Amino acid sequence: MKKIYLDYHSTTPVDPIVLDEMLPYFSEKFGNAASRNHAYGWEAEEAVDIAREKIADLICATSREIIFTSGATESNNLAIKGIAQMFREKGNHIITVKTEHKAVLDTCKALERDGFDVTYLPVEKNGLLNLDKLKSAITNKTILISVMHANNEIGVIQPVTEIGEICKEHGVFFHCDAAQSIGKIPIDVNEMGIDLLSISGHKIYGPKGIGALYVRRKNPRVRLKSQIDGGGHERGMRSGTLPTPIIVGLGKSCELAGKLLEEENTRLKSLRDKLYKGISSQLPQIILNGDTTNRLPGNLNLSFAYVEGESLIMSLPNIALSSGSACTSASLEPSYVIKALGVSEDLAHSSIRFGLGRFTTEEEIDVTIESVVKAVNRLREMSPLWEMAQEGIDLNSVKWSE
Amino acid sequence: MAYSKKVVEHFTDPKNMGSMDKEDDNVGTGIVGAPECGDVMKLQLKIEEGIIQDAKFKTFGCGSAIASSSYITELVKGMSVEDAQKVKNTEIVDELSLPPIKVHCSVLAEDGIKAALADYEKKKK
Repeated sequence: MKKIYLDYHSTTPVDPIVLDEMLPYFSEKFGNAASRNHAYGWEAEEAVDIAREKIADLICATSREIIFTSGATESNNLAIKGIAQMFREKGNHIITVKTEHKAVLDTCKALERDGFDVTYLPVEKNGLLNLDKLKSAITNKTILISVMHANNEIGVIQPVTEIGEICKEHGVFFHCDAAQSIGKIPIDVNEMGIDLLSISGHKIYGPKGIGALYVRRKNPRVRLKSQIDGGGHERGMRSGTLPTPIIVGLGKSCELAGKLLEEENTRLKSLRDKLYKGISSQLPQIILNGDTTNRLPGNLNLSFAYVEGESLIMSLPNIALSSGSACTSASLEPSYVIKALGVSEDLAHSSIRFGLGRFTTEEEIDVTIESVVKAVNRLREMSPLWEMAQEGIDLNSVKWSE
Repeated sequence: MAYSKKVVEHFTDPKNMGSMDKEDDNVGTGIVGAPECGDVMKLQLKIEEGIIQDAKFKTFGCGSAIASSSYITELVKGMSVEDAQKVKNTEIVDELSLPPIKVHCSVLAEDGIKAALADYEKKKK
């Protein structure tokens, strides 16, 4: 059987069009963009400038507001630590959300050890932030609110425009991790009131090892404390020789994503809905994790009651998927994102993330539906919990040994 | 994380999967683990004249948990009750080459056998 890749939230292949654009910059046009006194440098600088513009265009920013980094993890670190350290005198309070990516949560934890206060807001059952809770968490010490655009596990899209307004009202900076959303759904940093936006290359059919941070220059002008010091590249915010080939790749992937956005959106949504319908019409007790409408078109996150996630993935060796089950992580803890939805822990162990993308075909979705249904039926046959449920035993009333 | 060949074999083609009548006086049933921990094993032993005649399992859990249940039921079939009491989880770890993070699956299987034997003893009293 041919392998099927349904883990596009994890990473994506470099689009061949993007790769072609990058290749000359590895050996032929190898100059350092910071070399101001010869043609090799000018050639690289020009390529970097064009890429910067393409990235800025996708989010309705200007090219001078784009800072290159190694990826969204670094962008999140630079945005949050950079603001915290720059505005420490003004306040020491940061607000974020429990379902954020670890690159945000662990950065905030590091700041807590450094004397900052961080509020980790809960989410509603559908995975969305409650704006009233956000408003009431703001104090006169709050300097930054960091909320992701789309979630990497359950794909839910947070109300960023409303969050941007709240930030503006209270004079608080708004950082948004857009690693999962950029190029998938429209972003306008001005309309959404975003001051800092994290971007990743390899989630949008670009290369790994490159990302960017949008840093607002006007209304307000955002200043940051750099985290990597050196030659003063990127307006002093991020030193290090610019990696031209992968910057060109990020630029091209942004341009391509912008062009294909609408068409891809419609196609993926229809495939995703087909997948959901195909599975849920044939299997009882399937739970959709996260909001039904406010979610990325390529995301489906399901819990298969009475079936453990890792065993389901293992039953589907030709389909690349990800699970919220503890067994797939080193920590033995099931997904904190699924748990934050307030579902019982056994359902977190039973969750599977389907991530559809640019190269997903309808045939692959048909094969996936058939394989998943077969595998879940087999594992339920094997599951003592399924057996007990069929016998009418309420699993919550059972006294478990562990 | 790659699975050992033996884990994959037991997972793909599990031995002794199924249930026996738990009301049968000769059947001891052990249910161990908890759904919120991601592992629940039901192990059943049919014992006649001190010898385990048959063993069955049903398991909710990861691949290693299912493989551990499959292997332990094979292991104890034909054993005397006395010998089955002495089965250690390390035998499962060795046979299936379980990595440290999956050792708890083998512990659960050992507990499951002990629980099934205890249930049988209780019925006989």
